[in-house]
Amino acid sequence: MTDASADRLELRNVTKAFPGVLANDRVSFRVRPGELHALLGENGAGKSTLVKMIYGVQHPDDGEIVVDGTPVRIASPRAARAMGIGMVFQHFSLFEPMTVLENIALGLDERLSASALEGRIRAVLARYGLSLDPHRTVSTLSVGERQRIEIVRALLLEPRLLIMDEPTSVLTPQEVAQLFETLRALAAGGCSVLYISHKLHEIRVLCDAATIMRGGKVVGTCVPAQETPRSMAEMMIGGSLKDVRKAAAKGFGPEKLVVDRLTLAGGGDFDVALRDVSFSVRAGEILGIAGVAGNGQNELMLALSGETPVANAGAVRLDGAPVGTLPIARRRRRGLAAVPEERNGHAAVPGFTLAENAVLTARYRKGMVRHGVILGAVARGYAEEVIARFGVRATGPQAMAGALSGGNLQKFIMGREVLQVPEVLVVSQPTWGVDAGAAAAIHQALVDLAARGSAIVVVSQDLDELLAISDSLAVINEGRLSPKRSVGEISRDEIGLLMGGVHGEHAGGENAAEREAERA
Amino acid sequence: MLELERRKVPSRTMIWLAPVLAVLATMVVGGLVFSALGYDGFAAVRAIFIDPLITLRKWQDLGLKAAPLVMIATGLAIGFRANVWNIGAEGQYVVGGLAGTGVALATWEMTGWWILPLMCIAGALAGMAWAGIPALLRTRFNVNEILSSLMLTYVAVQLLYYMVNGPWKDPDGFNFPQTRIFTDAQMLPYLSGIGYLNVPLALVISLVVWFLMARTMLGFQIRVVGAAPMAARYGGFSQRRTIWLALLAGGGLAGLAGLFEAAGPFGQMVPAFPTGYGFTAIIVAFLGRLHPLGILAAGIILAVTYVGGEASQSSLGLPSAATGVFQSMMLFFLLAADVLVGWRLRLRRRVTE
Repeated sequence: MTDASADRLELRNVTKAFPGVLANDRVSFRVRPGELHALLGENGAGKSTLVKMIYGVQHPDDGEIVVDGTPVRIASPRAARAMGIGMVFQHFSLFEPMTVLENIALGLDERLSASALEGRIRAVLARYGLSLDPHRTVSTLSVGERQRIEIVRALLLEPRLLIMDEPTSVLTPQEVAQLFETLRALAAGGCSVLYISHKLHEIRVLCDAATIMRGGKVVGTCVPAQETPRSMAEMMIGGSLKDVRKAAAKGFGPEKLVVDRLTLAGGGDFDVALRDVSFSVRAGEILGIAGVAGNGQNELMLALSGETPVANAGAVRLDGAPVGTLPIARRRRRGLAAVPEERNGHAAVPGFTLAENAVLTARYRKGMVRHGVILGAVARGYAEEVIARFGVRATGPQAMAGALSGGNLQKFIMGREVLQVPEVLVVSQPTWGVDAGAAAAIHQALVDLAARGSAIVVVSQDLDELLAISDSLAVINEGRLSPKRSVGEISRDEIGLLMGGVHGEHAGGENAAEREAERA
Repeated sequence: MLELERRKVPSRTMIWLAPVLAVLATMVVGGLVFSALGYDGFAAVRAIFIDPLITLRKWQDLGLKAAPLVMIATGLAIGFRANVWNIGAEGQYVVGGLAGTGVALATWEMTGWWILPLMCIAGALAGMAWAGIPALLRTRFNVNEILSSLMLTYVAVQLLYYMVNGPWKDPDGFNFPQTRIFTDAQMLPYLSGIGYLNVPLALVISLVVWFLMARTMLGFQIRVVGAAPMAARYGGFSQRRTIWLALLAGGGLAGLAGLFEAAGPFGQMVPAFPTGYGFTAIIVAFLGRLHPLGILAAGIILAVTYVGGEASQSSLGLPSAATGVFQSMMLFFLLAADVLVGWRLRLRRRVTE
């Protein structure tokens, strides 16, 4: 029985348990037709599990999912799509060497001729004012355009409920503005949107209602426009948020890290190399490097850390000395530490204890090895110190790194590097997937380390993070780095345009963020 | 519908209990299978698994079989820990034995304390050189070491046949394809009540490798490269060096084990020298959880099946393949048990729309 006035989606006491955790504990909320509804919560709050159940990937242990007034069992994603539920995942599933049209055809449940499908795609594009060439090869598209493929794929099914999981984490501000236009048009047409994000200012400008989750439970609802990002963050973490304390006015010391015309050839067909990247970081300075993922950040990180030494020694200089050709261990001994973006399997070994993970990078500066023999007590002691000083929730130095939550492991990794007091610290995505409380602690540690006279480079896609902690900012796009600017002098819009770089599809996107701000 | 669901943290107890369960399952299923084939299955299981352990005079036989298995498996496990899959220990074992034989024949009718150590060095170096070929191919040309090391085994065996049929054939041997018998200076000392010197040496090697793997940077490097290659690079460990290290360690220990066999139980080089220790050691390495001390226990278990298998051929008329069947079954059950250690089986109700 379908009731036209019923909620588009209602969850009644939905419960889902995994071994050892109650991922969702009697979750109930409603989404009205045409509503832009935000699902807010820290990592591990249970958002992903919840939407996977709505999309039929997982199944509730208990409780009811009601669509348009009818309780349903959603057996599979295919069944969900048949009920008018679409989903756009955070990570795209696209084949790079194939065209947009071919990619969309592959994801459809029904078989259509290429021309019929193209007609339907063009109709959807026209209806929502989206620009996308069905015959372009995916590898030539920007991330924003790739996301549009996923959105079109979902819209072709004329969904009545669209789930979007962290859709803006890879977009420039201008691309975000464009996405929001699309979502508003969708909502105006009666489609409900369930929007998952941790970017609170975006939720404020976009969403009509928000459900806040913590520890698998719904802990509150709000009208985002009536809240501040801070008040919503506090609801998410269930406590008050600490501000990053920065020394008011500070001078910088001598140049610690200098990168001089660093150029790297790309590895594969789709790799972005580095072209003439030059910058310097002074003692006490935090340099933020913004940019959309995949524009050379990984290559830059590897070249700076020394994981892949470069051919020209002078391209990377530490305290004036050329170190470009030195491998990572030698650079670390000289005081250049780095933290890569990926925690599991790169910055840490999941199957090793925290003490062993301390040995991985701190063995020389903390004297953990003598005559090739590991001094277990020293390693355990240092791991214990990191755990204590950085508030890592772990059973002790013998805990397996893989048993820690993402945020806790990130705190441990950051603590492991910061407590070695490196001369230069290069970090990528320091708070990726980390809850707000842990993020604040990590930011504070970076600011404090800089205050002690270290030079820090933070590579991040999170503009809010960079603006909060950096002294200066540069933007990387297609392997080129913009000149460094003081954070006070550069606007969010300028950064956005630099991030969009040569894609140049945002002619009308200028001042988009300001327009967004006015709406709010 | 049955599905496998990854366990968050595999139980540590179960990780070590799995090999025990695999052995028990082998005994039960092996007994049933051989009963079905018309043998006295459970007598066979008792003869193969129990009798060698409770018969004191068989213990020397156990040591004889276990020592090479433990040595080779310990070396292989170093590589397996680093995700370097040296499957050709049998070939490295043969080449080690051949090199030692070469030294023995070159020092024919000489005496001196230095002859045996020289043979040991030659054996170990030859094994390392043989394993160095896959290492070179892997690090230079990215050739899969599983294939290259395995294929080199057959090259080594052919080399053995050529040597004993040609240049090294015993001039006083009535044209049999075998070398001269080694002299006392070329033989491993025999310790009465224990066996050849390689038995205590295998124990010592196992302890040394355990220390290296658990407590030193060398072992740490190998373990990191195997567990997380990206983290190893981040930690400053070269994957190329680790591949070399792993293959040389495995080849060296296999070569030395080969020399010990040649200068011990065989006392000469014969076409029957390749007995499959190099392959059985793979089972030993996994049954022992790639842990040097676990391998020690696993080596004894596999030695039991060898000794028991031989005995049951005469006492129960079991075919000689029975030993291989039991050994393979053990590996199979171990792998099956491992799946259940890491994953749980769940019965999922089929959800209908």
